[in-house]
Amino acid sequence: MDALIDLLPELWTATYETLYIVAMTLFFGGLGGLLVGLGLYLTRAGSILENKPLFFVLNLLVNFIRPIPFIIFLAAAQPLARAVTGSGIGNNAIIFTIALAASFAMARIVEQNLLTVTPGVIDAARSVGAGPIRIIFTVLLPEALGPLILGYTFIFVALVDMSAVAGYVGGGGLGNFALLYGYRQFNPIVTWAAVLLIIVLVQFVQFFGNYLARKALRR
Amino acid sequence: MALVSLRNVSKVYPPASKGAPSVTAIDSVSLDVEAGDIYGIIGYSGAGKSTLVRLVNALEHSTSGEIIVDGQNIAVLPERDLRKVRLGIGMIFQQFNLLGSRTVARNVAYPLEVAGRPKHERAARVAELLDFVGLSDKAGSFPDQLSGGQKQRVGIARALATQPSILLADEATSALDPETTHEVLALLKRVNAEFGITIIVITHEMDVIQTIATKVAVMDQGRVIERGPVFDVFSNPQAAASARFVSTVVKGIPSPAELAVLRERHTGRIVTLAFRDSAVDQKAVFGEFSRAGVAFEVVYGGINEIQGRPFGHLTLALTGADPVIDQVLAHIRTLTTVTEVR
Repeated sequence: MDALIDLLPELWTATYETLYIVAMTLFFGGLGGLLVGLGLYLTRAGSILENKPLFFVLNLLVNFIRPIPFIIFLAAAQPLARAVTGSGIGNNAIIFTIALAASFAMARIVEQNLLTVTPGVIDAARSVGAGPIRIIFTVLLPEALGPLILGYTFIFVALVDMSAVAGYVGGGGLGNFALLYGYRQFNPIVTWAAVLLIIVLVQFVQFFGNYLARKALRR
Repeated sequence: MALVSLRNVSKVYPPASKGAPSVTAIDSVSLDVEAGDIYGIIGYSGAGKSTLVRLVNALEHSTSGEIIVDGQNIAVLPERDLRKVRLGIGMIFQQFNLLGSRTVARNVAYPLEVAGRPKHERAARVAELLDFVGLSDKAGSFPDQLSGGQKQRVGIARALATQPSILLADEATSALDPETTHEVLALLKRVNAEFGITIIVITHEMDVIQTIATKVAVMDQGRVIERGPVFDVFSNPQAAASARFVSTVVKGIPSPAELAVLRERHTGRIVTLAFRDSAVDQKAVFGEFSRAGVAFEVVYGGINEIQGRPFGHLTLALTGADPVIDQVLAHIRTLTTVTEVR
């Protein structure tokens, strides 16, 4: 317990780092997932921008990247992270890698949520002369907003999960904190402090996500 | 020049899988819809009627043929130009297809936003339309708070927003109960009468055709098998499928099963007389029976009215001596069609 009190400044720093990594990856990964998910949805057979080759490539890419365990993906994508962020280690490298992995995971969720929009409302929009871009912003995204918010809440938890291994490539955060000061120094109390903080964080975000989704669905 | 004119239009879907046959949804259909018509297209599920109407605003593209809307062959137009054409064609749907994320007012405003009308103009037009469909008090409601009939009225208001000259109704009343169906049909009739909008109605219910259409085309397996003024098709259907549709709303000639039941009760001769419009004077026909002393009993049939013109079939069981009956029937044959049923 005394050890934990001594480590409090490090704990707060780690919490801040986790929040930072998760926020950044939620933004970039979320955006990437939205784009790839929209791409999957729009290019599939029978959709408004049907494009079989593009759909095939996107679909293959998503299926290819999604099943790779993240810690392996982290190692495999390190050269790419180095090329893009200038360094293969540290918080920026981990943010890049998580955002990349999350894009493809999120893409599936976005695609599935968009598929719940009744094709009829897209017909209705087309019948009054709306083009694809307008349909995306005035029909698809607003109509699927509730499920999309829940999808992003779901991916948030996955981001917290992925961020925990940041310590392996010299990043920070609560995962690194638990490993470094709890696990390696045989101090379960320190580990559990990190666990507790993560539970609180996830609960809070889940609650907030549910609230927003309820508002969007007006239920 | 017809407002909407289809010339040898076909729509063929490619095979679903390798080796499967391609599907011909529309098989060289030609059809003319004049301005001001309420043109009904009736057929069973899979007859191709929904595909046909979706060709008129190019939601689907034809494989061959010309689709001339307001003098322009839209079959050859690129997607960009089609969007402008669609502003002049409203459409309503079986499942209403309202945007669940928007209020009633914003649903009605949607086509106006697409058309780029300024905000104040949109608000005025939306108020006017909601008043027309009787839903001014629901402007702030969301679609899931409305009944089916109300949703379709919002659909109609939305379809009329940009003042189109054509309204396409794709099974617009098929998800509604009979009473609501008649409310919606009455509203469509007003749309036609007050704004002079040409309406193309797709349905599988002959009742809908009888209530509002002025002309009808009967579709079967992607072809138009019969067409004409509603009165003509109802009173004298030519194709077997048309006759089946007509028989769903008009009690005309007894079926063999019904005839068997009649035969059990009536041992005498049974004849069916056709009445069509004022051309046949019922009083004269029945007068012939009375004068000859032939007793008759109406055992089947009905007289219907389409657009204020009566028509129908009456089946009579006759009692009297055979030679007398023959003589009377010979007289009546000069007045109308007589079919002796056995």
